[in-house]
Amino acid sequence: MPANHSADSPLAVHDLTVAYHRKPVLWDIELEIPKGSLAGIVGPNGAGKSTLLKACLDLIPTTSGAVRIYGKPYAEQRDLVAYVPQRESVDWDFPVSALDVVAMGTYRKLGWLKRVGKKQKDQARTALEQVGIGHLADRQISQLSGGQQQRVFLARALVQDADIYFMDEPFAAVDAATEQAIIELLQDLNKRGKTVLCVHHDLATVSRYFDWLVLLNMRIVASGPTKETFNRENLQKAYGGKLNLLEDVAHALKNVGR
Amino acid sequence: MSVASVILFLLAFSYNTTLVVAGTALLGATAGLVGTFLLLRKQSLLGDALSHATLPGIGIAFAVMSALGLSGRSLPGLLIGASVTGLMGVLLVIAIRRTTRLKDDAAMGIVLSVFFGLGIAILRMVQEIPGQSAAGLSSFIYGKPASMIMSDLILITITLVATITACLLILKELTLLCFDDSFASTQGWPTTLLDVLLMALVTAVTVVGLQSVGLILIIAFLITPPTAARFWTNNLRTMLWLSAIIGAVSGWLGAWLSSIYPDLPAGAIIVIAAGVIFLISMIFGPTRGVLPRYLRQLQLKRKVGRQHLLRSAYEIMEIDQGTHPLRNLPVPLARLREHRSWTKGELPQLIRQARREDHLEKQPGGDLRLSEAGFGKAARITRNHRLWELYLITHADVAPSQVDRDADMVEHILGAEMVHQLEAELDLRDHVLESPHQIANDVASCPESPPHS
Amino acid sequence: MTWTQNDTGILLVGILCAMACALPGCFLLLRRMSMMGDAISHAVLPGLAIAFLISNSRASVAMFIGAALAGILTALFTQWITKFGKVDRGAAMGIVFTTLFAIGLILIKKTADHVDLDASCVLYGALEHTPLDSVTLWENEGSILAVPRAALVVGGVFLFNLLIINLFFKEFTLASFDPALARTQGYRPMLMHYLLMMMVAITTVAAFEAVGSIIVIAMLIVPPATAFLLTRNLPLLIALSLALAALGAILGHLSSQWIPHLTGLPETTSSGMMATLSGFLFLLVWLFGPQGLLRRSSVQIEEPPAQVF
Repeated sequence: MPANHSADSPLAVHDLTVAYHRKPVLWDIELEIPKGSLAGIVGPNGAGKSTLLKACLDLIPTTSGAVRIYGKPYAEQRDLVAYVPQRESVDWDFPVSALDVVAMGTYRKLGWLKRVGKKQKDQARTALEQVGIGHLADRQISQLSGGQQQRVFLARALVQDADIYFMDEPFAAVDAATEQAIIELLQDLNKRGKTVLCVHHDLATVSRYFDWLVLLNMRIVASGPTKETFNRENLQKAYGGKLNLLEDVAHALKNVGR
Repeated sequence: MSVASVILFLLAFSYNTTLVVAGTALLGATAGLVGTFLLLRKQSLLGDALSHATLPGIGIAFAVMSALGLSGRSLPGLLIGASVTGLMGVLLVIAIRRTTRLKDDAAMGIVLSVFFGLGIAILRMVQEIPGQSAAGLSSFIYGKPASMIMSDLILITITLVATITACLLILKELTLLCFDDSFASTQGWPTTLLDVLLMALVTAVTVVGLQSVGLILIIAFLITPPTAARFWTNNLRTMLWLSAIIGAVSGWLGAWLSSIYPDLPAGAIIVIAAGVIFLISMIFGPTRGVLPRYLRQLQLKRKVGRQHLLRSAYEIMEIDQGTHPLRNLPVPLARLREHRSWTKGELPQLIRQARREDHLEKQPGGDLRLSEAGFGKAARITRNHRLWELYLITHADVAPSQVDRDADMVEHILGAEMVHQLEAELDLRDHVLESPHQIANDVASCPESPPHS
Repeated sequence: MTWTQNDTGILLVGILCAMACALPGCFLLLRRMSMMGDAISHAVLPGLAIAFLISNSRASVAMFIGAALAGILTALFTQWITKFGKVDRGAAMGIVFTTLFAIGLILIKKTADHVDLDASCVLYGALEHTPLDSVTLWENEGSILAVPRAALVVGGVFLFNLLIINLFFKEFTLASFDPALARTQGYRPMLMHYLLMMMVAITTVAAFEAVGSIIVIAMLIVPPATAFLLTRNLPLLIALSLALAALGAILGHLSSQWIPHLTGLPETTSSGMMATLSGFLFLLVWLFGPQGLLRRSSVQIEEPPAQVF
């Protein structure tokens, strides 16, 4: 590992390449996220953002490269990391309640064969209260709205009391109230010194939400504090021709006088 | 008829048959339990592949035992052989899935058919070994519970009890695996091992069930009870219980009927029993059955329709009378018809329904007159509806997730405080908020309205 | 080992069977519906039993109609249960075909008194006996050209499948690859779906006498799957499937004659060995083919290509 990847970094990625058969999805990724940042990963569709997250979490095999959490491989640092996957990754028709799902975050500490007890259920309830849906604890998950489902996933992550949070598109297709609640939650985590890494889809909110920005399009286009990274030149490099579409929208908005 | 004779009848008269019936019921319960996880993992057909893959193992075990001079028909030996090739088959399916472009269905199909073909070939060969009786090996394909002897039954019972215990011990691990295997993986749970464990449980049930219902039909035992149970509940634990019960009942029913009609294949009857229970569950199951769902939807539609009718009548009165408080005057049907876009059949139906609920009084001359109760209700519904509309406008960013088609729910969902706020706002706007229909009319008639984008 | 005309007859039936199955099998594979082949071949049983009850004979048109109906019903019931019951597709399939198969078993047991129909025979066939029922095609100065009747039946189905696939090639392809697009183009993907299911059912029935309905599954799935590992080009896929199917049949029959000799055990079923050898061919390609497991420097993750051809 090169010397500049310090053991203080919550996440350090070196030389990561992920390829399906002969097609590369991630190419020579070199990345370091500073401690305590609220970082966003943005890029065009198919840029490999989700793949990057999954590769860091050992969920998919990599062709080459290394990922370090505070200097050690992920497998040794699981207790420090919480994962919030995309909502589509599970079948919400599954016969469990919101409480059951959040309690799954306590299984690791519980260990093999032991049953879920009062302590775990209380922890789960507290987490659900923290995300604002304590009253839905016993609701079957298929009866929850999209935003509520997202909050269940977040509560599950909270209950693990981790140090680093990996989130895959937490703001996708949620209502405005939930979006507000989520960002407040993330900011609260941030204040407490936790590191949060979000794959994000909406360029309009990037500068408001994140203090660290990663622009990804199969390779790292830019990575750094949002103020320095979120500029026209980098966006052009990451999004290519599609950037013009965004300009037209901004122009149209200006004309309506909003 | 005394209680004792009823019980004897249900247990099919004889000691021997009672054993068989009990054993088959236990098999059904276990299959239901294990099958629930298989269903939730969406790998029901993997059980099918597994059961077909056991055949070569049976043949090889028979040959090996004969060669060693043991009785080729020894059940434990055959079951071990079945388990070995069965598990091999499952591992092969996983391997093919992971290392080629082929998907689940192709991998399962390949293993299922090739292993079965191999099994048939081996069975044919061993059937002709001089000195050994291979008759009855084919009972593994169709099932013949009546040929079970006590020692077989004991073995079966032990295996099944062990399986049930294992299931209960790793209940939460299996639930996590079935619900979110990625999350499980990040939490350090060995998902492949858990998958193999689940498959081992399925193997145990399958292999033990070969004797009773046969290879081809054991899969039904694994799939049908859990699927049936799903229609009755949204809770996993309840589903497990129900699935076990349905499996047990199918097993008992099938074995019992088979003892009365011995010329019919037992396995087939059991499967049909399970199938019937499934059909009943799918149509009538209170939680997710087709009929209850349909009725619930009909109920909601009716409720909303009723609200529309009362509100329309009230709004027409407002338009006609202009000032509050309103008097409960009759409303001509024609006005009602043009107020909303009802079809020809809908309005009379709603009127009939409202009359049944005593919201309307019959009026000569084809007019509509609300009863006192109906008038009060119409006033309340209209107010609630206006509150919703106001909420949608003033809280546009958060409203969509809250608004309920059922206007009555406004206090329930928004809370008393918000409702007070909205009511105050409504009063400020002079009681009457323009209905969306009026707003549309206004816009259309406005000369300077902006062009639609 | 001696080669008799019997063997030629068996081989002919086997090859034609395998090739007839490979054709719809390719599309089942592409539509990720290989297990539907398994389901249908079990589910045709009641259709056959009823056909026997009605027509009282074996090789009748009623049989094919019964099978076709059974095939369509299987697909229909599975669809209904999946859609209206909101049940996992695999589970729905499993419930439908096991129940139909059970009904079939009972019906056969009942009709067995009337018609000479053995359930085992339906399941794994009697390939070796097919030459006993031969049809003389041509006699000329002492030499006779006779083929097993089964060969004619299966050969006919093979030609029929070939014709249908030829006629509807682009519809099948489009419906398999992109049903939404197919609908906008005016094709009815569901129609193609049921047509395919019907083809599978008819092929199953034609083949059951020879190889039994269970081995049919092997012939439906394995050669196309093997070919799939070798190419991404659709016409080539079909051609390779046919070749591999024929090869599997030939090797299967040969080994069914040789292996007993080698091991000293009595004879074995040709059909079982045909399935086994097809599987063996798959194994060879899986391990040693162009992307073979043992030829890769590192294990790669596989993701399906966006397009088949």
